[in-house]
Amino acid sequence: MYRLRGVGMSYNGTPVLHDVTLEFEAPLFAAVVGPNGAGKSTLLGIMAGLRPGYAGQCLYRDREVRRWPRRAFAREVSFVPQTVRIEFPFTAEQVVLMGRTPYAGGLFESPEDWEAVERAMQLTDTVAFRHRDFRSLSGGERQLVLLASALAQQPRVLLLDEPTAFLDLRHQIAIYGLLVELSRQGLLVIAATHDLNLAAAFADRIVALRSGRVVADAAPERVVDPAVIRQVFGVEARVAPGPRGRPWILYGE
Amino acid sequence: MASRRPGSWIAAAAAALVAAAVVLPLVGPVRVDLARAWAGVSPDHEILFHARLPRVLLALLAGGTLAAAGALFQALLRDALATPYTLGVSSGASLGAVLAMSLGWEQILGFPAVWAAAFVGAATVLALVVAIASEGRRMSSFTLLLAGVTINSICLALILLLQYLAGFAQSIAIVRWLMGGIEAVSYGVLAAVACAVLPAVAFVCWRAREWNLLAVGEEWAAARGVDTSRALLAGYLAGSFVTGSITALTGPIGFVGLIVPHALRLKVGADHRLLIPCSFLAGAPFLALCDTLARTVAAPTEIPVGVITAMLGGPFFIWLLRSRRRSLWL
Repeated sequence: MYRLRGVGMSYNGTPVLHDVTLEFEAPLFAAVVGPNGAGKSTLLGIMAGLRPGYAGQCLYRDREVRRWPRRAFAREVSFVPQTVRIEFPFTAEQVVLMGRTPYAGGLFESPEDWEAVERAMQLTDTVAFRHRDFRSLSGGERQLVLLASALAQQPRVLLLDEPTAFLDLRHQIAIYGLLVELSRQGLLVIAATHDLNLAAAFADRIVALRSGRVVADAAPERVVDPAVIRQVFGVEARVAPGPRGRPWILYGE
Repeated sequence: MASRRPGSWIAAAAAALVAAAVVLPLVGPVRVDLARAWAGVSPDHEILFHARLPRVLLALLAGGTLAAAGALFQALLRDALATPYTLGVSSGASLGAVLAMSLGWEQILGFPAVWAAAFVGAATVLALVVAIASEGRRMSSFTLLLAGVTINSICLALILLLQYLAGFAQSIAIVRWLMGGIEAVSYGVLAAVACAVLPAVAFVCWRAREWNLLAVGEEWAAARGVDTSRALLAGYLAGSFVTGSITALTGPIGFVGLIVPHALRLKVGADHRLLIPCSFLAGAPFLALCDTLARTVAAPTEIPVGVITAMLGGPFFIWLLRSRRRSLWL
C-alpha cells in the first residue's frame, strides 16, 4: 500500500528525516518508535499528506501522496493527532461527525453518515458522552473521540501520532487493544510512540528511528534487543519475556 | 450543549428579526400615526418611511452581517475574541472609505469609490494582522489581538489626520467613520448594499462545514479533505467584503460580532451551520434595538450607535478575556 523510497524532510534547512525507505501492506499494526525528535511525527505527517514538501518518493497505492486529490485521500487515510486544542464548545459527537467531511454532499448529514458515526462511537466506547463538550472530557476520553472521528472516515489506513502519550494505563491498553483489533479487521494501522514496551506488547512490526534515520525494522522479538535499545534510545536495558510471548524491557538496572 | 431542535433556534431568531422590523420604526420621540403615515400625510409619512424605516432596515442589515462576520472570523482564527472590530478590520475599512472621499474619488473600476476602498482597506488590514500573528503554522491569539489593537489605532490616527486636512463639510462627514453610527439612507443604497452583502452571507452559511473543521485546526481540516488554503482565502475575502460593505455606510461599529456569537454559542452550540445563520438573524434585531436606544435615550440628541455597543461590549470583552485566562488554555 505504502512505498517510501529515500524520503527526507528539512525544516528551515535543518534536516529531520533522511533517506527513509519503508513498505507497509495491510493488514498490519506497525509501531514507529524512537526518542523525542527522532522524526516520528514528521514521517507520519508526510504519509498523512500533511507535509507535501518532502523529498524522495512516498507512494500510496502507487500514487505520490502529494498528488492525491485531498477528498479522495481522506477517504483512504485518516490521521489522529497527538492532541487537539478546541476553543469552541463542540460536542464529542460533533467532533466525530467531522470525520464524515470527505463524504459530504451538502450542508447536512446523510443516513450513512450517522450510521458511520454510530459505529465509530460504539467501537471506541464513546457513546456515553456523545453530547458532552469535548473540552470537558478527560485526556483518555478525548483520545478515544479523536480515534472515533478518524474511524468515521472509514479509512483503509489509520495513522496515529503518540495516541497514548498522556494517558493512564487503562486507556493505554484500551487504545492499543483496539488498534490490534482494527488491524485484524484488515486495516493498516501505524502508530508513533516512544513507549517501546507498549509497541513490543501490541504491534506486529516495529520501525525504530533515530535522528531521522531508520535503524531497525522488524518484528518486536528482533527489534527489542539491548543493543538496538542502546543505539536508538541511548539507554542500557535488559529484555525479559513478557505477556503473550512478547519481549518486555527493564530499564534502570 | 448540542441543540436538540436546530430549526427552533432559527425560527426564534427569525421571529425576533421580523418583530424588530415591524415594531422599532414605530418607536421614537415623536408619535407616528400609522393611518396617517400610510395615507401619505406629512409629516407622519416622512418620519416613518423616510427617516425611521430605512434606518431600522440598515441597522438590521448591519447588525446581522457584523454578527455573522464575527462568528466567521472567530472560526477562521480559532479565537473567540476575534471580530472585525477587535482585529482592526473595521477601522481599515473606515480608513479606505475616508481616503477615497478625501481624494475626491467617485468610482474605482466602476464601483462606488467609498465602497470599493472600504473593502480594500478591510482586506489589507486582515492580511496584515494575520501575517503578523502567524508563527509558522500556528496563530498566536495574544499577538493577534495586540496586532489588531495597534493597527486599529494607526488607522484611526490616519483618519484623524485626513480629517484635519479636510475642508469643513468633509470633516463633518468623516466623523461618521471615527465612531460608528446608523443614519437613514435611501432605499436605493439600502437595496444595493443588501444585494451585495446578502449573497456573501449566504455563501458563508453554505460553507459552514468547512468553518467547523477550520475552527478545530488547519491540519484537522486538511486531514479530512478540506483544501485549507483555498477555504481560508474564501473566508477571509467574504469576511472583509461584508465588513467593508457595511462599514462604508455605518463606520466602525464594534462588539456586535463579539456579543452575539458568544451568547448564541452557549445556546445553540459551536456548529457553524447553525451558529452563523442564527448570528445573522439575532445580530440584526440586536443592533436595531441598540440603535433605537441610541436615537431615543437622549432625544432629540442622537447618540452614535457605536457608543452604545461599545459601552455594552467593552466590559463584556474584558469579562471574556478574564474568564478565558482562568480556563485551561492561555
